[in-house]
Amino acid sequence: MTGGSTTGDDGSKTKGTGVHESRQPWPLWEVFVRSSRGLSHVHAGSLHAPDADMAVRNARDLYTRRNEGVSLWVVPSSAIISSDPDAKGQYFESAQGKDYRHATYYTKSEGVKHL
Amino acid sequence: MSDNASATRITRGNALRPEDIAVSGLKPSDEVGQYALRLGDDALILAQRLSWWISRAPELEEDVALGNIGLDQLGHARSFLTYAGHAWDKTEDDLAYFRREPEFRSAHLFEQPNGDFACTIARQLVASHFQHELYSRLVDSADETLGAIAAKAVKEVDYHKDHSVQWLLRLGQGTEESRRRMIDGVKLTWPYVEELFEDDDLTTALAEQGVAVLPSELRESFDAAIAAAFEQADLTVPTDPGASGGGRRGHHSEHLGFLLAEMQVLAREYPGASW
Repeated sequence: MTGGSTTGDDGSKTKGTGVHESRQPWPLWEVFVRSSRGLSHVHAGSLHAPDADMAVRNARDLYTRRNEGVSLWVVPSSAIISSDPDAKGQYFESAQGKDYRHATYYTKSEGVKHL
Repeated sequence: MSDNASATRITRGNALRPEDIAVSGLKPSDEVGQYALRLGDDALILAQRLSWWISRAPELEEDVALGNIGLDQLGHARSFLTYAGHAWDKTEDDLAYFRREPEFRSAHLFEQPNGDFACTIARQLVASHFQHELYSRLVDSADETLGAIAAKAVKEVDYHKDHSVQWLLRLGQGTEESRRRMIDGVKLTWPYVEELFEDDDLTTALAEQGVAVLPSELRESFDAAIAAAFEQADLTVPTDPGASGGGRRGHHSEHLGFLLAEMQVLAREYPGASW
């Protein structure tokens, strides 16, 4: 089955042309679930869907069947720009040797209550 | 309807489970049992058909979607059959696994073969719209148990309806091939629409008591909802005449026997088996 409307990588819907020689895989979507009011959406996993509307429905089936969520976001995986895992050093280790960035570095002043 | 209903969890506000009905001790009349049997059989046979798709749908995500819809239907079937069984001191398993083909009361639509994906969507479109119209009225049944089962089921069927409409739109407006298949699926399905809306002595009598919903009363809103979905999908609602039907009287097509053989073989081969 080639599916109905096909979807660009940006999740936009384009009407089928009627000339699908080969089967196009559905694009990948990242799913974010908010488990209760007041909490933020948390990444729950990913799924395939032909377009954004179906992605939300598939997300409901795959990630909220046991009362996990009150809200769902889906984002085309291709829209996510990630940091380079190989460049972990320069991105995340810059705080090393800068103890003053950590609140624990400071000593508590004498007589201060409720800190 | 028994007076002790309020002592159970069977109220419209609670999410009703078949286990709650099993322990409720509520004994419906033979007529109410017969009516619950029809609705339970519709859902049970559809559940069996849908479960075939698991591992065979176009994508893994669709395996899950159709599998979930099948499980919802199985849940509705369990509740209706448990309740129906109380009328004759039978369990849901007695009714599901140890009745012969002429004893099933499901309409022909539900036993129709899966065909291709579009054909299954066409059957699902009709089934979910019919069940939605029915359950959304059955919530007001004078029989509290039927009302409570319907109240739980209608929310789930609402989603089944959405699922089938979404696919009707995508297949209908997709490629030439998907559109051709959707049209074929609808054409194969339509002869079985008529039977769903036929009244008979049982439904007429129970509707007068406010227990059942008269099937013919659902037709107008069913047609309107279907017409709206088809218009959006740029498709035409078929006008083919209905097939003869007779499922409510136990007259079935050749498809049900094969379905039951597969569904019942384990329970009949190993009576009392559990896992």
